[in-house]
Amino acid sequence: MSRVLVAMSGGVDSSVAAALMIEAGHEVIGVTLKLWSGPNGEAPTAGCCTVSDAEDARRVAAQLDIPYYVLDYTEDFSQGVIGRFVDDYLHGRTPNPCVECNRTVKFSRLLAQATDFGCDVVATGHYARTRFEDERWRLLRGTDPRKDQSYVLSMLGQAQLSRIRFPVGEIDKARTREIALSLGLRTAHKPESMDICFVGRRDYRTFLVEQAPDSVEPGRFVGVDGVDLGRHDGITNFTIGQRRRLGIALGEPRYVVDVDPRTRTVTLGRHDDLAVVGVELEQVTFVSAAVEGPVSVQYRAHGEAVPAILEAGRVTFESAQHGVAPGQTAAFFAGDEVLGGAIIAGTLRA
Amino acid sequence: MIYLDHAATSPMRPQARAAMEPFLGDTFGNPSGVHGVSRRAKNAVEEARERASAILGCSPGEIVFTGGGTESDNLAVKGRALLGGGGIVTTAVEHEAVLEAARFCERLGSKLAILEVDAQGRVDPDRVAGVAGDDTAIVSVMAANNETGVLQPLGEIRTAMSGRTALHTDAVQSFVSQSVDLAGLDLVSLSGHKLGGPKGVGLLYVREGVALEPLVHGGGQELGRRSGTLNVAGIVGMVAAMEAAVADRERFRSEVGAARDVFEAKLAGVTTPTLDTARLVQHSHLRFGGLRNETLLVLLDRVGIAASAGSACSSGAATVSHVLSAMGMTSAEARECLRFSFGWSSTVAEAEEAARRIVEVLERQAGS
Repeated sequence: MSRVLVAMSGGVDSSVAAALMIEAGHEVIGVTLKLWSGPNGEAPTAGCCTVSDAEDARRVAAQLDIPYYVLDYTEDFSQGVIGRFVDDYLHGRTPNPCVECNRTVKFSRLLAQATDFGCDVVATGHYARTRFEDERWRLLRGTDPRKDQSYVLSMLGQAQLSRIRFPVGEIDKARTREIALSLGLRTAHKPESMDICFVGRRDYRTFLVEQAPDSVEPGRFVGVDGVDLGRHDGITNFTIGQRRRLGIALGEPRYVVDVDPRTRTVTLGRHDDLAVVGVELEQVTFVSAAVEGPVSVQYRAHGEAVPAILEAGRVTFESAQHGVAPGQTAAFFAGDEVLGGAIIAGTLRA
Repeated sequence: MIYLDHAATSPMRPQARAAMEPFLGDTFGNPSGVHGVSRRAKNAVEEARERASAILGCSPGEIVFTGGGTESDNLAVKGRALLGGGGIVTTAVEHEAVLEAARFCERLGSKLAILEVDAQGRVDPDRVAGVAGDDTAIVSVMAANNETGVLQPLGEIRTAMSGRTALHTDAVQSFVSQSVDLAGLDLVSLSGHKLGGPKGVGLLYVREGVALEPLVHGGGQELGRRSGTLNVAGIVGMVAAMEAAVADRERFRSEVGAARDVFEAKLAGVTTPTLDTARLVQHSHLRFGGLRNETLLVLLDRVGIAASAGSACSSGAATVSHVLSAMGMTSAEARECLRFSFGWSSTVAEAEEAARRIVEVLERQAGS
């Protein structure tokens, strides 16, 4: 038995994670991280982190008869996640705030605070699995392929994995709900939250304008051939691969193929123009030993992993990929096993 | 559990519970009716009002029962400012009930001056008198701070102001251990549960002749100043707690004060930023260098000590206190501070045991 800190978001997955840790005989403490509050300190009304989510977590903790605390992580989250999110968009990149939150908040400061609380490990409701084999921790995709979240955990290393547990990663989502139901947890039927927690159901662009009102300036659309196609309201409205809501009619489908923050130029092209043969990486980390050579690479949260060669801080895809955006995470896999991850610094065209 | 969060709320005094009992049972009437059941309830409320006025040294008509300390503060600030559109003068360390009510009035057009305080959290009386002018509807300065227990120089403020402007004080924290001298004061907020009475009831002393715009309109109870069916059991319980608190004050100041002093003396190495400042005997506001108050609160809860970070949002997360910010602390410094508040049920033995457990926690943290 050990003392376990369970990060409870108020959703069904972390509720069941807490229940499973108790069932396994651990002494469990539940916490909710207050990550974000609006400009006047109010709690958001949509997405996770709302008042009602913290309240759900509190009620589940009471039902499970475990101590429960709300911890203020707003400063860390604002600096580590929101600041980066805004900054990335202003630099023409497409950020992945969940990855940053895991990297800079959940699996850094929370792990440290868990130590202060005398907790040996931290458990979360992520769908991924860990195994201790051959004197090292392995990170694997979750059992339920539709729920697998190993992509957003690909930055974890041995020091962190030795102290993290993902109880629901071993089961599928339907089973998670069954367990919640059988325990009578109020979160059993709670719908999935698919939104970026601090943006909620709004458009992220509205959020960006609120956060950085002066830095969103108009620029020009150009074609891949360099021809001027018109004016746009600001580069933060665009992500590589974007086809909808361009705000310009061109008679046939056009995609965002490049965003240049220096000249505020958004380049539009056909689907073929998106083709990328590889990516340059930054912040490369490995779950255990450094890996080079053939791997499969997942470059967006809900995408497939595709065959590639990882070498010298660079990924070369076996076949050209479309819609690869700098700022996103590249996760390296061997089958179901996560080998490591990195942030895409730039793309390589044919 | 050693309960050192009396500034948040105190357990009910037995006298308050006993006094309330009949009104949770047979004497259930609405005081506004004409029949016997109502009359008994009405008599109980009016008798409670007389007893409260006897304690405060005012006339019964100067007491308005409210839904608690926050409502009393709101009624004082908004009630004055909304009446003639005059300005508000207050301090940066007031309770949110005063500050937020004042900011609300500012949004509606009132002139608002929030005065700075010194490093101990005290406002300069001359500054108050200098800023308050003929167009000021209310000056609000708390008797003692809810986080630090530091006393404001109310007497000097009264002298400096010489009765020019309506002066309000929030005495919610101080009344349990200190009487409030109504001379020169026009409005005073009190809360039931901080005295060992029930939650959800408070009162506002309103000097005769001081006009207020009511906030709750309806049946015209409390001479039109606060409509709504009277909370009979709550009012009776609060006044019983006031009487018990006043009768207990001398003992409170010596015994509870001794418990607080023993507690602080045993926590060597922990700083008390307000140690040499005039402050309430029941508050201990401590700074634990290098530790985060949020982590400490959890660890203390684990060893059975209930304390507070002084400032918490509705979810219970510790936030950076506006009081400590106003005192010039950085947010990192403010996050090292905890409030331990003693009350009528605290003992020296509890204080010693709490200090022992805290020292243990601190040693464990230092060793880990």
